[in-house]
Amino acid sequence: MNRVGQAVKKFLIEYSMLLVLLGLCLFFSIATLDTQIPTGSRGAEQLLPRMREITHSGGTILVVAKSSPEDREFTSFIKEESGFSDAQVLFLDGDSPRVVRAELERRASDGSVASAIVGTRSVSHWSLLLDRGEKYPPWADVPLIFPRKATSSNFLTPGNLKNVAGQSAVIAIIAIGMTLVIITGGIDLSVGSLVALSAVTAAMAMRDFFGGTDADWSGICAAVGVAVCLAALVGTLSGAMITWFGMPPFIVTLATMSIARGLAQILAEGQSVYQVPESFSWLAVGKPLGVPNEVVVMLVLYGAAHLMMTKTTLGRWFYAVGSNREAARLSGVPVALVLMIAYVASGALAGVGGVLEASRLKSGSPLYGVMLELDVITAVVVGGTSLAGGEGKIFGTLCGALAIAVIRNGMNLMNIESYTQGVVMGALILLAVFVDSLKKGQFVALVRRISARP
Amino acid sequence: MCKSTTDAQQPILKMRGICKAYPGVQALGGVDLDLSSGEILGLVGENGAGKSTLMKVLSGATYPDAGQIFLHQRPCELESPRRARDSGIAIIHQEMSLIPTLRVWENMFLASRGWVRRAEEVEETRKLVGLLGVDIDPHKLCRDLSVAEQQVVEIAAALQIDAQVLILDEPTTALSAREAERLQKLLGKLKQDGMAIIYISHRLEEILEWTDRVQVLRDGCTEDMFHTSQIERADLIRSMVGEDLVGEFPPRSRSKEQVLLSVSGLGRGNDVRSVCFDVKAGEIVGITGLVGSGRSELLRLLCGADVATEGTMMIDGTALRPRSPREALEQGVCMLPEDRKADGLFLERSVRENFAVPNLHRFSRFGLIREAAESAAFRRYASQMKLASDRVESRAVTLSGGNQQKLLFARWLCRECQVILLDEPTRGIDVAARYEIYQLVRMLTDEGKAVVMVSSDLSEVMGMANRILVMRHGTIAAEFENQSSLSQRQIMDVAFGNESS
Repeated sequence: MNRVGQAVKKFLIEYSMLLVLLGLCLFFSIATLDTQIPTGSRGAEQLLPRMREITHSGGTILVVAKSSPEDREFTSFIKEESGFSDAQVLFLDGDSPRVVRAELERRASDGSVASAIVGTRSVSHWSLLLDRGEKYPPWADVPLIFPRKATSSNFLTPGNLKNVAGQSAVIAIIAIGMTLVIITGGIDLSVGSLVALSAVTAAMAMRDFFGGTDADWSGICAAVGVAVCLAALVGTLSGAMITWFGMPPFIVTLATMSIARGLAQILAEGQSVYQVPESFSWLAVGKPLGVPNEVVVMLVLYGAAHLMMTKTTLGRWFYAVGSNREAARLSGVPVALVLMIAYVASGALAGVGGVLEASRLKSGSPLYGVMLELDVITAVVVGGTSLAGGEGKIFGTLCGALAIAVIRNGMNLMNIESYTQGVVMGALILLAVFVDSLKKGQFVALVRRISARP
Repeated sequence: MCKSTTDAQQPILKMRGICKAYPGVQALGGVDLDLSSGEILGLVGENGAGKSTLMKVLSGATYPDAGQIFLHQRPCELESPRRARDSGIAIIHQEMSLIPTLRVWENMFLASRGWVRRAEEVEETRKLVGLLGVDIDPHKLCRDLSVAEQQVVEIAAALQIDAQVLILDEPTTALSAREAERLQKLLGKLKQDGMAIIYISHRLEEILEWTDRVQVLRDGCTEDMFHTSQIERADLIRSMVGEDLVGEFPPRSRSKEQVLLSVSGLGRGNDVRSVCFDVKAGEIVGITGLVGSGRSELLRLLCGADVATEGTMMIDGTALRPRSPREALEQGVCMLPEDRKADGLFLERSVRENFAVPNLHRFSRFGLIREAAESAAFRRYASQMKLASDRVESRAVTLSGGNQQKLLFARWLCRECQVILLDEPTRGIDVAARYEIYQLVRMLTDEGKAVVMVSSDLSEVMGMANRILVMRHGTIAAEFENQSSLSQRQIMDVAFGNESS
């Protein structure tokens, strides 16, 4: 029994962040529960099974919708997801009642009535449809199918969860590098500025050297390569000053933060750069694997980083250098090399984040990533990495980044204003540090001391 | 001042049934302690016996799980260090706790409240330091003081708060023999003035010479209580360890003829100047001398921690002047540093990781660590070291001093270095673990390795080394073959130079 308790306790301590994340998801799933008639793709999702039944038994369906964005989402969802043929389903989308009336009339007269009429919430009150039997008797027995009232969570939908993953991707990717740096006992404040520098560089390289909006894939790849390399170069600069001259990381990266932001402004002359090819946005938001590419990139990078930190010599070196630099040096660990790798990786990953940001927004602006470094550091700290160095897990950082995105997203769904969100994010950081001190037993000692007092 | 006649009989401090548990270990299991004014009580025990915990309880640094403390016959709660100070209990730690960037008088009055009364405080400092028979300028910065002077300032600070109980935790580890003698006189004086003193030390000679009574702790309980005049060294050791040690040092082995390490003209600035010596396979060369004579600095040059500016060294016939510890390690030179926690261990990482760091290349292929090989190697060396291997995954900080040292031995043994440099290998380690470490060093020499051992403990050097080098002012002042005719006096004469002869 005791052993089970020990195992549970160990699991809770090791993966406390995962539990916090799941708890947050559960909370927002419940908090965003809502009873209403679903519209858009959610309405279509609800009706799809009935429509499949009808088409399977050889029936045809008439889909009626207005031209509002929600209704367009409704019809496009059916078109994309169902795989119905044109013969099975006829779409009367974006049309006025007049066109629908004409269609009903034509079909009533030539006897080709459909087996069912499917409509969105916005057409459900049309008298034309409700009173169809009076004007066109052949339609009288054709059932009308509209979305019904349903209780569902706005948070817990596949679409929204993909959204959360997409929102967290850039921060999470940059947080990998930040985790490495913080584990070695340093800090990198320049990542937010490097996002801007990298985004601007990528966009400008495409505009000026690779044919602007007509750039082909090789041009895009070259521009991305240049941007990431430049960010890595700035990381190298920081690393060199920190390792060779022993300058404090906080100050050095504070300086490179300013330099990188300034460089981005100079390069772009203070403007956003829009002349990028359409296909550039595929990099971040394309979905060849079902989820956006940026999420795929994030997961791949996390897999690699986790492997590196747990299974390789280099990973051990990171922990050793952060835990006790002098002992690491005396143990033959190439301390300067390890520190260098951390800052170069942090710079390069910030570069990757910048490229993805530019790709998603189809432009490069020197104003990207302002204060982003604080979000990234928050993700790392919430993920359980100690700012003193030597302790921390890559997996924890992923949980931290996701937790931040979940909270942001959940609060947006609950219509909480951004000022309040700031307060909640701050409380989250305190909570994370509190959990950390709980792990170290300081809290228990305090409680014991207070309760022992006579 | 409450100096009634009953003070002689009634102890000023009484601790009753003090218990304190830490996760996984009962540090104190109901300890009683009595202390009268004008008395020096020696507190001894192996590492982990509970001395430090008991003193932490007394100085308010931790709160006991059970038990009571009486000061002047009244129960009192020492819930914070401040409270303990206010109750008249002062502790002087092994590590100095003065703030190096403040002046002496500022440090003395650090805890006083309200406005700074500079002139008064400087005068008071001068008076108190003068009372202790030392001349220290109150305006000096504390970082400019020697260790011994800092200790005096701390004692003066204790007088300033009217402390009636003074605790000294290993005060002589960083002192030279002469400074230690001066401290002994000072404590004698305080004792006559009615101070109650608790004295903790691993140096049994000091315990036997300086104290009135000795309390021996073992595994968190009081094992024995002696009047110092009635016991001998062997009694103390038996009581602390619970068994008779076979001998304090394992038998010496014979060295081979092959010279493994040859140092000629090695130097760096004024710290180390043109040092020459050879170490043969299977030989232990002891280096001793006063603190600051360049012993540790020499070792740091040999292992590449600092870079030598002149001279050469030969490892097994290969010339080498290491520019980094990594280079030295590749040539088979490793060092166990004097300060294990600062220079040796990764305290927050697991025991296994601590063991593996310099040996990762042996367990890995293309940078990927084979964990099975790592665990197997750890088990092998841990059992050789008699290191409890059920603690593989616990953090290194949870190990006792002796086990930490064994962990470092295991680390370097696995590395299979030819030349092993030991800097104060038994510092702060209890008697039983000390013997085990001596055996380990012997094992190394039996395997034909060359060992250089720096130590302040003369009996240790004389018990272990084949040859003894004495350093003074950064250079080797004398070399002795370790024969039975050699006396500690001869070595000390050289170490101190002319002044002591």
